Amino acid sequence: MLNPVDVKNLTVAYQKKAVLKNVTFTVPEGKLIGIIGPNGAGKSTLIKAVLGLIPKASGEVKIYNKKYRAKDRIVGYVPQRGSVDWDFPTSALDVVLMGRYGHVGWFKRPSKQDNQIARECLEKVGMEGYADRQISQLSGGQQQRVFLARALAQDAKVYFMDEPFVGVDAATERAIIDLLNELKSQGKTVLVVHHDLQTVKDYFDDCLLLNVETIASGPTEQVFTMENLHQTYGGKLAFLEQGKMMVEQK
Amino acid sequence: MNSIMLMLSDANTQWVLVGTLLLGLASGVLGSFALLRKQSLIGDAVAHAALPGICIAFLLTGERSLIVLLIGATITGLLSAYCIQYIVSSTIIKEDTAICLILSVFFGFGIVLLTKVQQLPSGNKSGLDAFIFGQAASIVGSDVKVMAGAAAILVFITAILFKEFKVITFDPEFAKGLGLPIGFLNFLFISLLVGVVVVGIQAVGVILMAALLITPAIAARYWTNSLSKMIVISGMFGAFSGVVGTMISALGQGLPTGPFIVVTATAIFVISMLFAPERGIIAKKIKQKIYYKQLNEAGTKGRVS
Repeated sequence: MLNPVDVKNLTVAYQKKAVLKNVTFTVPEGKLIGIIGPNGAGKSTLIKAVLGLIPKASGEVKIYNKKYRAKDRIVGYVPQRGSVDWDFPTSALDVVLMGRYGHVGWFKRPSKQDNQIARECLEKVGMEGYADRQISQLSGGQQQRVFLARALAQDAKVYFMDEPFVGVDAATERAIIDLLNELKSQGKTVLVVHHDLQTVKDYFDDCLLLNVETIASGPTEQVFTMENLHQTYGGKLAFLEQGKMMVEQK
Repeated sequence: MNSIMLMLSDANTQWVLVGTLLLGLASGVLGSFALLRKQSLIGDAVAHAALPGICIAFLLTGERSLIVLLIGATITGLLSAYCIQYIVSSTIIKEDTAICLILSVFFGFGIVLLTKVQQLPSGNKSGLDAFIFGQAASIVGSDVKVMAGAAAILVFITAILFKEFKVITFDPEFAKGLGLPIGFLNFLFISLLVGVVVVGIQAVGVILMAALLITPAIAARYWTNSLSKMIVISGMFGAFSGVVGTMISALGQGLPTGPFIVVTATAIFVISMLFAPERGIIAKKIKQKIYYKQLNEAGTKGRVS
């Protein structure tokens, strides 16, 4: 069987400091995968290195057994919401349309069909009423939904999402998780950088516990254990106490 | 009024007006992207860095042909932009510091060279100092053809790459994830920016060129929330400023053009800032007043809507 994501011995370094060291994991198709780890563990760096947004020092990344090429258009990406200037003069629909740019090709304008797809994607995240709204007038949760709709418009097979749950309210969190489950039911694979340990067991089929190196990866009930969390979060006691409660609770 | 009619019937003035119109249009279009990419100051550095290039080109060839001077300006302009990006990407120095450093070094060097040029005994050096504040009157028909051609090419490239420039400006990482060659597109944009600055310096001058890039763009931002409309409006503001500034300066003898173009653009900006619907200061104040009034009325009736 083909694995959607196959990473072997991935190392990324800024100057002399290794941010990721020999990270190795594979991801099964049609699953929701949580990427879990403390600040500075290299979670965002991992996504960026896999997508080729930053150079890797060594290692191999394969998407469906092939070297990753952005122009194959099988990978969708949701960056952190804070990474862009939301006062940019554009509407919600326009941002979602950017997800179609890879399909549109050079020099051409998005077609009617692309517009239609973008509108449908906005609808899927419950934002159809905000298509023409200037993006700075959207709330944080709405902006996050627009980013998700843009990734949907990419029509990819594998999605990487960088902290989509950060700073959104409960309703948006619910909407996002429903959407992730819908993607899963369509056989898509979704990797999500996630911070809230309390919801890991509810949300994700598989987990990658990361702290510069791979601590553990596999089905959540097997790898989301007290021992692995201890190793991932190191001496951070407050976290550990909390983690213990969460592991026992289930 | 008569003098304006007389001026407009002059063939050379007509050429100059066409030149500054196209220049204003091109700088309004590219300035919009520069503003949104937060590269306003790079335009300023590039403009100042054009001066040494002009002087070197003149010293090497000994002739005052616009094409030759502009090639010199392009080389040092691109070099300055490259130096800034190199300093930012490979040292801990921040962009504002790097820009300040490069701008002053290049401009200082340019002034040294300009002084040297002016001490030369040869006769055809006159007018080189007009590049500092701009002298549209020194533009002749053949210059305008160069300016118009270059401005048209710059606007055309920006138009066909509108979608690509839009996404790399808004979200460069996502654009890279789409498979766009970010490095190439960034280089191309900087080259276009250098192009418009270089084309503009004869009319506007190296010191004020950045204002013609940015002022129409920031004024246009007040009138719309759509990037394509902002670019069109900014181009029109730029073209209008170019034409009006040139006409004012042509009314007197030896008045520099750059300052009048920039003053015109700034007047448009002030009007936009005050009176634009939605984003303008007055519109915002009025809206807030109305809202407070509604709140107060609701309050006295004992309910809050």
